[in-house]
Amino acid sequence: MTEPIIKFDKVVKRFGSHTVLDHLDFEVNPGEMVTIIGPSGSGKSTVLRILMTLEQIQDGVVTVEGEPLWHERKNGDLVPASEKHLRKMREKLGMVFQQFNLFPHMTVLRNLTEAPRQVLGLSKKDATERAEELLERVGLSDQASKFPHQLSGGQQQRVGIARALAMRPKIMLFDEPTSALDPELVGEVLKVIRQLANEHELTMLLVTHEMQFARQVSDRVCFFDKGRIEEQGPPEELFTDPKRERTREFLKAVLDPDA
Amino acid sequence: MLFGYEWDTSAGPLVFAWSILPILLTGVLVTIQAAVLGFGIALVLGLVLAVLKAAPSRLISWPAHGVAEFVRDTPLLIQLFFLYYVLPEYGLLLPAFMTGALALGIQYSAYMAEVYRGGIEAVARGQREAARALNLSSARTFTHVVLPQAIPRIIPALGNYLVSIMKDVPILSVVTVMELLNVAKIIGDRTFNYIVPLSLVGLIYLIMTLIAAGGVRYLDKTLPKKGIALK
Repeated sequence: MTEPIIKFDKVVKRFGSHTVLDHLDFEVNPGEMVTIIGPSGSGKSTVLRILMTLEQIQDGVVTVEGEPLWHERKNGDLVPASEKHLRKMREKLGMVFQQFNLFPHMTVLRNLTEAPRQVLGLSKKDATERAEELLERVGLSDQASKFPHQLSGGQQQRVGIARALAMRPKIMLFDEPTSALDPELVGEVLKVIRQLANEHELTMLLVTHEMQFARQVSDRVCFFDKGRIEEQGPPEELFTDPKRERTREFLKAVLDPDA
Repeated sequence: MLFGYEWDTSAGPLVFAWSILPILLTGVLVTIQAAVLGFGIALVLGLVLAVLKAAPSRLISWPAHGVAEFVRDTPLLIQLFFLYYVLPEYGLLLPAFMTGALALGIQYSAYMAEVYRGGIEAVARGQREAARALNLSSARTFTHVVLPQAIPRIIPALGNYLVSIMKDVPILSVVTVMELLNVAKIIGDRTFNYIVPLSLVGLIYLIMTLIAAGGVRYLDKTLPKKGIALK
């Protein structure tokens, strides 16, 4: 049994009096592609945001590669993490946002080279080479000198994926990457994600409403409801033979909304 | 005679007006210099104040709030007198012009800090989150992600303050700065004709502020809304 690369241990997250994650236990193995589905407000995006250190947790422990994320060990005690520790942990993770969040005042190339140069200390030449390689991988070699607003939504999101990959993370987090896209642009983004999943080099966590896609590419699908994992399993099993009533309801509602 | 120019009161108001124009223009120059210098000080000091006010530590943000509030809620004239008459007692002796520009700069920095804050807060939260996810330092995020997107949005507001500062420059006449109004007043004192020089001051001010406002509008139109491009 391999050590999980991500581990949530009784994690509690509250926004005011609203509990988003309720003593969540959750594990992801290295190289695994896990899709999180569930109704909105079920805490699925929060899982990714906690991992990317965009949201703090109130209780429990999150570990990444065996090291606590929001805490650090000091003289045998777990104390809240310093910014230095968070920066070190963040290196392991990359995130793709629903709204792309590209830097609008930078060219596509600069979007991809800014962090590698500033954070990883790459030379301009190396960062540019890395960026060009990634742009080719996402099929945007000819767009390097354009600004984000000159691209379509699908192209912007592919730049978003390339930008995250440029930091060479071990874990990629996709937070509803196609939800803000016109339907005809969804495919080009999913194609890139599928490629990444097939390479099996990255551990991937995907929050999505694209059920068909989740079924095809995931190693495991987790159904979130009310801040907990209601049910999880291999996609074929979860989609064809869900065990829990709540899962059945949800899948029926999203897969067959007219019925 | 003033600054080496003679005036001519013998042939009616138009000739008089024409003859004092060169003298008034030396005053215009001082007014513009004071306004631009004061504006420059306010631009820098205002940004510093905005950053300090937003500091995570209360040890920094509270004094910054206090200073800004104090400066905003006391009259410019009192601050000017303080800088001009009180500071020299503690050994800080500045020329009248510098004191005046400094007073304007300090007063307006408190207003501009608010403009900066608004502009900075208007930058989408997702931008900061993306920078964080990419592990950019908070300093780098501020200077290379937030500010380039905030500045184009606040140019009109900053420009309005430039016009405003220009209109506050006459206050500096009380500490002997030879700006436009002061020059006009001296001409009036000497010739017993106030209506012509003071009317000219009003007219010159109207022209200056119209030009400045036009410049601001031009900048607002030409600056890209998406932020200052970083190649």
